[in-house]
Amino acid sequence: MIVPFSHVLLLAVILFGLGAACAVTRRNLIMILIGVEIMLNAAGLVFVGASLKWQHLDGQAFVIFIFAVAAAEVAVGLALIVFLQRRTGSVDADRYNLLKG
Amino acid sequence: MSFYSAIFYVLAIVTVIATFLAITRRHALHAIVYLIISLIGTALLFYLLGAPFLALLEVIIYAGAIMVLFIFIIMMIQIRSSSPTRGAALKQWLPAIVLCGIAFSLAAAMVLADPATPVPLTPAMAGPREFGHFVFQQYWFPVEIASFLLFIALVGALYLGRGEEKSPAKQTEKAP
Repeated sequence: MIVPFSHVLLLAVILFGLGAACAVTRRNLIMILIGVEIMLNAAGLVFVGASLKWQHLDGQAFVIFIFAVAAAEVAVGLALIVFLQRRTGSVDADRYNLLKG
Repeated sequence: MSFYSAIFYVLAIVTVIATFLAITRRHALHAIVYLIISLIGTALLFYLLGAPFLALLEVIIYAGAIMVLFIFIIMMIQIRSSSPTRGAALKQWLPAIVLCGIAFSLAAAMVLADPATPVPLTPAMAGPREFGHFVFQQYWFPVEIASFLLFIALVGALYLGRGEEKSPAKQTEKAP
């Protein structure tokens, strides 16, 4: 007997909240990407727990696609970070204020 | 408390602490190292919840490939440590704390109010063979879409990361 499903949900909510806090508060672009990764990971945890609860493999299949999306997002995001660093010499999100009046 | 639930709680505590340390580190490289601990904890949770193949993929793709990519990029570009302004940081922490507090209190209320809460999950295991059969029988079309997505991401990353070169339009202008 493992724990109830709601405890898995609670753990995933805590992880998702930590990731969201990281993505909102940090100003380093790499830390923002790390926050998004933590959030995707928490979503995968919910899918695996639900897959065990209802004894169905659909949840685990979705986690595969979450991995694919995370890999694609990280590849494009890191390429964007390198591009912006070359362009502006900074990865601080607060410095991109070209359009500020 | 059974053996499995004790493992679950230990892994959950380790994962949450490692994630918290990861998001509060000043230097991104330290954050990556803590995040690898958190991801390995999540992989063990996947294994505990009956997904051994996904646990393997988590270690290989997330803790292996993606984190190495992060470390590579962090070491490639020079990150200037900017002096933080306290007021702006507080202004950003406030909505984050409020939103996370709302989400956490809703989840806690749901756990307390759920009549199915005392019912624990029964251990089960889906091996890689049946999982692969399931994915490629039921989800073959999303697999193709995911492969297209990865291909498009590859092309996009190559386009963004290309070096400075002379544009072909100028060359053709010079040629005549």
